[in-house]
Amino acid sequence: MLRQIEGSVAVAEAVALARPEVICAYPISPQTHIVEGLGRLVKSGALQPCEFINVESEFAAMSVAIGASAAGARAYTATASQGLLFMAEAIYNASGLGLPIVMTVANRAIGAPINIWNDHSDSMSQRDCGWIQLFAAHNQEALDLHIQAFKLAEELSMPVMVCMDGFILTHAVERVDMPTQQQVDAFLPPYEPRQVLDTADPVSIGAMVGPEAFMEVRYLAHAKQQMALERIPQIADEFEARFGRNTGGLVRAYHCEDAETIVVALGSVIGTLRDTVEDLRAGGMKIGVLGIQSFRPFPLAAVRAALQGARRVVVLEKSFSVGLGGVVSTDVRLALSGLQLHGYTVVAGLGGRAITKASLARMLHEAVADKLEPLTFLDLDWGIVNRQLAREASVRRSGPIAENLLRDVGTVASKVN
Amino acid sequence: MSKPFAITLDPGSSLANKTGSWRSQRPVYVDRLPPCNAQCPAGEDIQGWLYHAESGNYEAAWRHLVRDNPFPAIMGRVCYHSCEGVCNRGQLDAAVGINSVERFLGDEALRRGWRFEPPTTESGTHVLVIGAGPSGMSAAYHLRRAGHRVTVKEAGPLMGGMMRFGIPQYRLPRDVLEAELQRIVEMGVQLQLNCKVADLTAEMLQGYDATFLAVGAHIAKRAFIPAKDSSRILDAVSVLRSMEGEDKPMLGRRVVVYGGGNTAIDMARTAKRLGATEAVIVYRRTREKMPAHDFEVEEALQEGVMVKWLSTIRQAGEDGELTIEKMTLDADGKPQPTGEFETLQSDSLVLALGQDVDLSLLHGVPGLVLDDGVVKVDPATLMTGCPGLFAGGDMVPAERNVTVAVGHGKKAARHIDAWLRGDVRAPAPKHAMARFEQLNTWYYSDAPKTMRPQLDLARRTSSFDEVQGGLTEDNALFEARRCLSCGNCFECDNCYGVCPDNAVIKLGPGKRFEFNYDYCKGCGICVAECPCGAIEMVAEQV
Amino acid sequence: MNHQPPSSLRSQPPEGVTDDFGAARQSSEPIKFYQTGTFTVGNRLLAPEQRSVQASTERSNSLTSGHRACQGCGEALGARYAIDAAMRATNNQIIAANATGCLEVFSTPYPETSWQLPWIHSLFGNAAAVGTGIAAALKVKAAKGGRKDVRVIAQGGDGGTTDIGFGCLSGMFERNDDVLYICYDNEAYMNTGVQRSSATPHAARTATTQAVGPNPGAEFGKGKNLPRIAMAHEIPYVATATVADLHGLEAKVERAMGLHGARYLHILVPCPLGWGAASHDTIRLARLARETGLFPEFEAEAGEITAVTKIRRRVPVEDYLRPQKRFAHLFADAGRPDLIAQIQAEADRNIRRFGLLDES
Repeated sequence: MLRQIEGSVAVAEAVALARPEVICAYPISPQTHIVEGLGRLVKSGALQPCEFINVESEFAAMSVAIGASAAGARAYTATASQGLLFMAEAIYNASGLGLPIVMTVANRAIGAPINIWNDHSDSMSQRDCGWIQLFAAHNQEALDLHIQAFKLAEELSMPVMVCMDGFILTHAVERVDMPTQQQVDAFLPPYEPRQVLDTADPVSIGAMVGPEAFMEVRYLAHAKQQMALERIPQIADEFEARFGRNTGGLVRAYHCEDAETIVVALGSVIGTLRDTVEDLRAGGMKIGVLGIQSFRPFPLAAVRAALQGARRVVVLEKSFSVGLGGVVSTDVRLALSGLQLHGYTVVAGLGGRAITKASLARMLHEAVADKLEPLTFLDLDWGIVNRQLAREASVRRSGPIAENLLRDVGTVASKVN
Repeated sequence: MSKPFAITLDPGSSLANKTGSWRSQRPVYVDRLPPCNAQCPAGEDIQGWLYHAESGNYEAAWRHLVRDNPFPAIMGRVCYHSCEGVCNRGQLDAAVGINSVERFLGDEALRRGWRFEPPTTESGTHVLVIGAGPSGMSAAYHLRRAGHRVTVKEAGPLMGGMMRFGIPQYRLPRDVLEAELQRIVEMGVQLQLNCKVADLTAEMLQGYDATFLAVGAHIAKRAFIPAKDSSRILDAVSVLRSMEGEDKPMLGRRVVVYGGGNTAIDMARTAKRLGATEAVIVYRRTREKMPAHDFEVEEALQEGVMVKWLSTIRQAGEDGELTIEKMTLDADGKPQPTGEFETLQSDSLVLALGQDVDLSLLHGVPGLVLDDGVVKVDPATLMTGCPGLFAGGDMVPAERNVTVAVGHGKKAARHIDAWLRGDVRAPAPKHAMARFEQLNTWYYSDAPKTMRPQLDLARRTSSFDEVQGGLTEDNALFEARRCLSCGNCFECDNCYGVCPDNAVIKLGPGKRFEFNYDYCKGCGICVAECPCGAIEMVAEQV
Repeated sequence: MNHQPPSSLRSQPPEGVTDDFGAARQSSEPIKFYQTGTFTVGNRLLAPEQRSVQASTERSNSLTSGHRACQGCGEALGARYAIDAAMRATNNQIIAANATGCLEVFSTPYPETSWQLPWIHSLFGNAAAVGTGIAAALKVKAAKGGRKDVRVIAQGGDGGTTDIGFGCLSGMFERNDDVLYICYDNEAYMNTGVQRSSATPHAARTATTQAVGPNPGAEFGKGKNLPRIAMAHEIPYVATATVADLHGLEAKVERAMGLHGARYLHILVPCPLGWGAASHDTIRLARLARETGLFPEFEAEAGEITAVTKIRRRVPVEDYLRPQKRFAHLFADAGRPDLIAQIQAEADRNIRRFGLLDES
């Protein structure tokens, strides 16, 4: 049924349709509307039987989910940024134990400096933990991915995080097609745990594994993600067959068949890129967009297949590895090893800085002319940066860089020069 | 369940890890010798019969007891219970009332009519027992149990020896005495009363395969006291013996008893009951030095018996006027005359100065050796110098009391039995003592000793009713359960419960426990928390 | 022969043995049995229902042999005691969540586990939260027609409970989740090498509060009392116990399992290695901890004390401190009588505060 609702609300309703049994709620911007929506559904009786638990921290949220999932319940939680980091230990634990928890990450920058707006640094910080990471490009996909995520997680016994851009998607009111309960029930069967805490068949879960078996256990997790590479597109197909739309999958290519230049991106910026590329193509540029939906497992083969015909690849990412450069671009580069093409990393939108069509167009013109630096920061204010660097070269002043910059920008009055 | 590799494990898979390999020392269950058992002159397994009494299984307790001593009802009245003196519980609150419980069991047996089983097979040998006192009858009992034919010859008209003719009725009622003696006779012992053996050598040739001598020491010692013809001087042994007859002795109003042993006390208390207004004991040393048991002195004093300490009788004058010299103790504790005299009026003077053995029947017995008025025997076997002739009780060198005599009877019987078979009975190896320090007394409930009721004073001094009452069943059970079971497992389940490694196996009621050495790490908690010290650690052989 | 008993003994023949010594046992009332029944694990003369759970060959042995705990480990003992009692009380319907620590490490080294009940180890600080999750799942399953009688225990050591697990524990308490949390308190982070926790007693030597300087050992003025913090949450049931009082411990577990909601049990479990005590002294030290007044044993409901276990035979704190090398610096050379006096004052305060001695 078509609805004009906020992204968070859509996600809440989609999660509810998946019949979760235990929901852990700890608030953090910008995920709050999701858990609030679910809380209302549970408390009103619309979603039952379901336990909605107001936990005391994100660490508790994931821990409660772990306990619930291990006892055979379908468990869900949501977080972002600082909260994701706060539960980092538990995240590794969940994937290590193979518990099919589904979690929404409303992508948000990580402090210091504290910043509540969108970028991908939070999910990226957990890319090695063993969770499957799926990125939604728009609210319909965000909604759909949650339903697909439960199915995927429970089949593989592996937790899945569905990443959606904070504020940009979560707080955007868009038209979405909400499935019916029957449709979802037909697609997603009840949870049949692979291992479960059961008094009739006791087991000890969470043994200490030493050097003699640890590598094997970790390899098996990797092997499982390899299986996911097969299953993700299949589930997307199954979803399409039932729900009539193509969302999810590993990658989605737009006009890549004849493109000499392909821009690779994750998340909502794909929408902006598509619009930009439409315009550029109209002007004759042979340019396409490759959107990655499954970041973990990273679809090396699919990415390579989509990009190998191009002459240059621009990876536009809302993430950044301090001291190195791009995060996504490193993975993409791996997919392209051995191929001769130009690669450019464009870091954009950190901390929620808007990515405009104009800036993109400008950047792509340069890319196509091969005038782009290997590593570029879109719309960076070089003035501020250079002045700060000059200041630091002359005077060693301790204190956060941020304060210094803000003083420069004039936002903060300086008490001491 | 499809368990992920290594992360999830099946229950109890740790049993593959035999942690017993960690040990440097291992616990072993031991049986230690409780001090009561070690002390008992009759060799009773006190802890053993208390164990049965604790569960209310009085018959089992009694049968366990009489394996060693056939006279529990008597013991419960006359034994001086040195077991209680060494009872480990005495170091905790108060000794277990072993004597009280023994009496209860003995009385219970008499109430219920529990019998001794006659032997199932006859050995074919015939043993002569001379003397139907505690030693002789104990020997007769054990010999009969072993299947030997036993003939008991007793010079007197009744069985019992000093139990009948020495211990007053208010300490040992005669019906109890008679019942316990008769029970032995009913096993098939041939009893010949009024049958004094004058010539032992001749007697032994009458076809007996072995002989046990237990004639006791019933001749009163005399002291030289210058006396007028009119003075009435008696000896306690004869007086007490005559109490068994129809005519009670006439001692008069004022009775003086000379001596400091239990016989003197018995005599004085008996005099009181016979109607003496004054019963005075004259003793040459102090109360602390008095050989009589202190509780007997106490009971006597309560009954109005008076005692002149540090006094000797120098002379018995006209009309019963006694000349007393006051004594003092020198640095060695020996009484020394002071030269101070006083007089004491008496209607009769009863001497209780000790007893001698009548050795006349031993004349000419080959190989027999005497020693200071008693018969020398091999301490291990109680055999005299004459092969096949054994002796015990007051007539051999030993402490003189009923319990020791009973113990001799058992020991001699066992060695006679061995001798008759041509065996030498090797002493059974004794376990190590169960010392108080090895107990963990925390686990025993606070339980003060139950005191036996005593007859009130008015009745005590006017009748020969039993002074010391017995315990009710509730009290006897309570008292039995105060036993710490030193050194012997009583299945409290502590070891089974306190092992952090679940390495103790419970074998079932009555079967105790076993260590599972596959897993025992040798921590020693079981040893520390065993209330009765029945576990010890031994080093592993590496 | 005449089988009449002697007249002096003629009385009512006693009836069959009636053992009316065993009164119904309540949590704090001793068995009226005058041998050892009150204090020992069992006794052949006690009715089976008066013996502890541990006395029975039917006990669950929830933590069975083959685990890698040190010799004489108090935690292994406490865990088996508590879980077996809970299993008996719930007809074996217990799921346990365990924090990282000695108990978890020595019981589940791949490929062996000593646990015989469903058990999960997640992390160090989240046992209470994992317990909450399990309880929530069970509630939903019950609503969907599953078993309604499965109960949850979350357990951990003092480090995992009073320090790193504090947040999750408090959250479980305030939500009144249906979880029994058991803290096995050996008063330091033992598994990592005996480092100080907020449960470490004053003046005790640990690797991070060494016995050097003017204030040797753990400093006075620091530390926290979890049982009283639990009481402040006004949860349905809080109790303290030691491995020396088995009957008391089992009664408390049984009481706890008879209630629903957040419950907390704090068990003192001596650690021979960490405390520097002989391996056979484990139970003795736990007993002394109570008998000195240093470790009060009590029960509380909704924030108010409902029962205490009185001291049986009071002893000075020295009797408890001397056998432990972690307090050796208090006695070496001239010793530190001032610190011992401070510890004694703590014991005195507990006795006064909890009413641990009978007025007599």
